[in-house]
Amino acid sequence: MNFLRNSLSIAGKDLRSELRGKETINASLSFALVILLLFSFAFDPGSDLVRDISGGLLWLVYAFSSALILNRSFARELPNDCLDALLASPVSGAELFFGKSLANFTLLLGVEIVCLPVFGIFYDVRWAQRPGLLFLVLVLGTWVLTVIGTMFSALTVNLRLRELMLPALVYPMIIPAMMGAIQLTTVLVSGQPIGKDNQFWFKVLIGMDIIFTLLGIALADVVLVG
Amino acid sequence: MDAVSVEGVWKYFGDFPALRDVTIRAERGSCLALIGRNGAGKTTLLRILAGLSSPAKGRISVFGGGAREQSTRRKIGYLGHGIGIYDELSAFENLRLFAKLYGVTDAPGRAKTWLERVGLGHVHEGLPREFSRGMRQRLAVARAFLHEPDLMILDEPFTALDDRAIAVLQEILKRAMSDGRTVIMSTHQLREALELATDVALINRGKLAFAGKRSQAMLDDSGWLYRNYGEA
Amino acid sequence: MRERILYILAAVALALFLWNLQTIFKVLPDEANQGPIYRIVYFHVPSIFTGFTLFFVALVSSIGYLWTKDLRWDGVAAGATEVGLAFASVVLVTGMIWARIIWGIWWTWDARLTSMLICWLLYAGYLMLRRAVDEPAQRARLSAALSIFAFADVIVVWKSIEWFRTQHPQPVLSIRNGGGMAPGMEAPIYLNYLVMLILSAILVILRLRQENIKREIDALRRFAHAL
Repeated sequence: MNFLRNSLSIAGKDLRSELRGKETINASLSFALVILLLFSFAFDPGSDLVRDISGGLLWLVYAFSSALILNRSFARELPNDCLDALLASPVSGAELFFGKSLANFTLLLGVEIVCLPVFGIFYDVRWAQRPGLLFLVLVLGTWVLTVIGTMFSALTVNLRLRELMLPALVYPMIIPAMMGAIQLTTVLVSGQPIGKDNQFWFKVLIGMDIIFTLLGIALADVVLVG
Repeated sequence: MDAVSVEGVWKYFGDFPALRDVTIRAERGSCLALIGRNGAGKTTLLRILAGLSSPAKGRISVFGGGAREQSTRRKIGYLGHGIGIYDELSAFENLRLFAKLYGVTDAPGRAKTWLERVGLGHVHEGLPREFSRGMRQRLAVARAFLHEPDLMILDEPFTALDDRAIAVLQEILKRAMSDGRTVIMSTHQLREALELATDVALINRGKLAFAGKRSQAMLDDSGWLYRNYGEA
Repeated sequence: MRERILYILAAVALALFLWNLQTIFKVLPDEANQGPIYRIVYFHVPSIFTGFTLFFVALVSSIGYLWTKDLRWDGVAAGATEVGLAFASVVLVTGMIWARIIWGIWWTWDARLTSMLICWLLYAGYLMLRRAVDEPAQRARLSAALSIFAFADVIVVWKSIEWFRTQHPQPVLSIRNGGGMAPGMEAPIYLNYLVMLILSAILVILRLRQENIKREIDALRRFAHAL
């Protein structure tokens, strides 16, 4: 219970901090919208092709724009040595990691949800045909992105080339989850039923959610304290 | 039981030995002034005591437990070089956050009390980024000690404080000591520290050059320690 | 003494390798469908085995370091990952050569090649991380954590990509031809695996020795600083 309470305190602090200035979330959202716009020059919007690649398109946008939020996650603790103050407190590395993951997840999900109607407008795609399941896929996929990204944000926080290393380490690692999320999103946006083949991807997503959350909680202290 | 026990501690940063075989004790209720030049290893030692770093060799014991354990950290208050304050949150929100993290029962109440105590009650909704340096330091002091820790660790606390902040800090430290709490602080400002100290230790290039009770000689002549034990 | 063991191992590996080469090129006939190029399987497949064995060794050593805080474990982890990455490169290159000859294209998003590419990226990231951290204990700690994450991911990657690609008809790199290789033809694969393992052991030991010497120099330097 203490774990949850401390994690929620940390999550609350991060969200309050971010929503007050909105710097990172604005940057992330702008970046996402710009990518959506740029991609529209690569394809003929409104064609069937777009429906076929909708999943890939959306998740590429999400993956790229998430880098800003994830990077900032631990970087925001560096000014005034706040990270030291947190680590010296009774809060464990695991609670710090989990709390920040919750905050990042909320921010990422916010950006993603805003992107959906914009995507629908730019590409003339009716994306809301299976909203419930689509939301589930967003949640499962975003959580994988969040935990891996938050863990590597912690790992790279003190390194010289942090902004470069974070994406380089995170993107290969999330590929299986991205594949699953892309497949499922494409199917759902096209309004098709989830076939038996695609149910496998739910298993992959849930599996990765569980494995990497547990790994993150187990290794957070190792990564944060020298 | 000693409040703090450090035995044979070594710490390296790459090639460089920041601490070399340091052994030191601090009794409960004492105030230990850790003196030494820049780069001597004071900050390194204090960070290890605060649980922020682990020694390469040696043992640390704080109130009988390891410095990294959660139960131990609840009893420690650390005021380092950085102030540990979030510029985007109000003074009150900052204190309330740390009160919660340290398990204080009435976090908002404690936050308010300490804001008053450090003379920031009138700006509790203000953002630290708009405060003067002295105000930020005072807020940092509140943040570090509002959970009434048994062990207070301070790294060069008197540096760059205005008189008001110095007065506030001295009051807090005096009250802490009369409550039987233990204080360990590193310092350049010998006079302010030595007034409060019961014990003194000198660190020179990572080694402990002197450890003992504060004496009149030290009070009378601030260069006494360095002359007799410095540059070992 | 150590030296002598390494030389003996190297000699054994070389002997086995030459024997194997002779088998592969002289004794065995060309494969029915693929022609002479199928022999690349004798380098491609053992490299996969070796690569993964080494990544597993890296995982175990990383956990070993976190458990004991002894930097020698870190040396093994680093060495094993480096050699493993080399073998992963061999897998990719041999796979590409095979694909070029058989299908006329250099790359195919086949299950195994794609999985190997991702593994390659993960462990290249490991080496990149090590270069970004100067302090030995911090470097060991962070790379150990990364190694654990990477291996967990490797497992997920292989399982899920296998499924993905088998659902979408693509030229499949079925070098084992559905597992139906004539008995005499399979043995050289395992023999080459043995050769590669011995070679890896030698390389990792050499790398470990290099790390140990480096640490001794560091310690001497520390001693000099302290004087």
